[in-house]
Amino acid sequence: MSESRASAFTPIAAGLATVAGVLALVEAMIHAGWINRFVVPLPSAVLASFGRVIAEENVLWRTLYTGMEALAAGVMAALVGGAIGALLTRRRVLRLATETWVAAIAAAPIVLIYPLFLVVFGRNASTIVMIGFVAGLPPVILKTVEGLSGTRRVLIDVGRSFKLTTVQEFWKIRFPAALPTIFVGFRLGIMFALINIVGVEYLINFGGLGQLVNELAERYDLPAMYAAIFFVVLVSVVFFLVTERVERWLASR
Amino acid sequence: MSAGARVRGAPVARVRIAIVAVALIAWEALAASGLLLHDVVPSLGKIAAALWKLVSTAPLYQNLGWTAYEIGVSLVIGGVAGVLFGLALGGNRFLSRAFEPYLHYLGPTPKIIFFPIMIMWFGVGGGSKIAMGSLSCFFPVALSTAVGMRQIEPVLVRVGKSFRASFAQMLVKIYLPAIRPAMLTGLRLGLGVAVIGVLLAETKLSNRGLGYLVIQRYTNFDMPGMYAILIVVFLLAIVANALLSRLGGSSSTTTV
Repeated sequence: MSESRASAFTPIAAGLATVAGVLALVEAMIHAGWINRFVVPLPSAVLASFGRVIAEENVLWRTLYTGMEALAAGVMAALVGGAIGALLTRRRVLRLATETWVAAIAAAPIVLIYPLFLVVFGRNASTIVMIGFVAGLPPVILKTVEGLSGTRRVLIDVGRSFKLTTVQEFWKIRFPAALPTIFVGFRLGIMFALINIVGVEYLINFGGLGQLVNELAERYDLPAMYAAIFFVVLVSVVFFLVTERVERWLASR
Repeated sequence: MSAGARVRGAPVARVRIAIVAVALIAWEALAASGLLLHDVVPSLGKIAAALWKLVSTAPLYQNLGWTAYEIGVSLVIGGVAGVLFGLALGGNRFLSRAFEPYLHYLGPTPKIIFFPIMIMWFGVGGGSKIAMGSLSCFFPVALSTAVGMRQIEPVLVRVGKSFRASFAQMLVKIYLPAIRPAMLTGLRLGLGVAVIGVLLAETKLSNRGLGYLVIQRYTNFDMPGMYAILIVVFLLAIVANALLSRLGGSSSTTTV
C-alpha cells in the first residue's frame, strides 16, 4: 500500500521538482546576465512581491470584485439559459431550428464584441458582466436541453402513473434528473464567464484582477505584474477545481 | 437527430426564417426608435453600406492578410508544440501524471492576461500577437493529442512492435494516423482560441490587423464600420472552423 502511494507521489514530485528546477535555472541565468532582468524579473523577486501585491494592491478585494462579476454573469446565464433550455426542450421545432445556432455561438469569438458592449453599457462593470453573461449563456442552454431531454423514460412513466401535472412533472422528475447535466453547463458557463471577465477587465482597464495586471504592466512593476498574473492563474485553478468537485459530487448522487 | 428526423424540415425552416425576420425587424425598430445613443444601433442599411465600403477597399485585405499571417504562424507554432507535448504525455504514463495536471489547470485560464509578458518578451509588433495565439492554441492541441494517444487501440501498437518498427515508423505509421481525429479536434479548438488570442491582443496594442480595425472604429465612434468588421470577423471564424471540421471528418464528436 505504502509502495503504491510512493509510486503515485513520484510523478507529482517530479513535476514539482521540474517547475522548481526551471525557476532556479531562470534565476541563475538572470544573475549571470544571460536573461535581461528588465524583461524577465528574478523569480525570487516575484516571490517576494506577493506580500506587497496582497497588502498594497488590495488583491483580495479585487478577487472578490471579479468573483462577484463572474457570479452575477453566471447566475444570469443560469436563469436565462435554463429558461431558454427548458423552452427548447418543450418546443421541439424551436429546438431543431436553433440548437445548431446556439452551438455555433458557443464556438464563436464572442469576447471580440466587447467594444460594442462598451458603447452600449459604457466603461463600467455592466459591460464586463454582460460579456460574461453572453459568453456563459450557450453552454447552459445546450446542457439544459441535453439534461432535460435525456430524462429516463421510466421516471416519466412513474410520474404519469401518479397523474402529475406538466409543472409537477418538471419540478419533481425532469429537473432533478437533469440537474447533474445542467450543472455541467452552469460550470462551463461560469468558467467561460470568468475567463472573459478577467480578459475584458484587462483590456478595458476596469474592475478587479484583470485591471490589476494592466495597471502593474503600465507601471512597469515587473515582479508584481508576474505575481498578479500568477494570482489570476491561481484563482482560475481554484475555481476550476471547486466547481469540478461539486460536479463530481452531483454526478455521484 | 432522431427527433429531427421525425419533424419535417419545412416547419423548422419556417421557424428559422421567422426568428431571423423578427430579429431584423426588432433591430430596425430599435435603430429608428432613438432609445439608444445615436448610431449605437445603426440601421441595417447603414451597416450594409459600411460592409460594402469595407469589402470593396484595400485596408480590409491588408489587415486581414496580416491577421491571417499571425493566426497561421500561431497555429503552426502552438499546433506543433501541442502535438509534440501531447504525444509525449499521452505515450508516457509517468510524464502524463507529472505534467498533464499543469496543462489541465492552465488550459482554462484567461490567456490574454499573459499579454503583458508577451509584449516584454517579443515586443509590441506581430511577435507578441503570434506568441499570444501560439500560447492559446497550445493547450487544447496538447490535451486533445494526449487523450488521442491514450485511446489508441493497443492491438495497433502491438502490430507495429511485432514488425519491429522504429520509433519514427511507429510515429508515422501508427500513432499519427490513429490520433488524427483527436489531433484535428484539438487543432480546430486551437484555431478558435488562437483567433481570439490574436484579435484581442490586436485590440489592446497594435497598429494593424482586424482587431486593430475594430478598436480603431470604436475609438472614432464609427459604429456601422465596427459592426461591418465584426460581421466579417465572425464570418471568417465560422468558415475557418467549418473547414477544419471538414478535415477532421467525424472529429467534432470527440471530446477533449
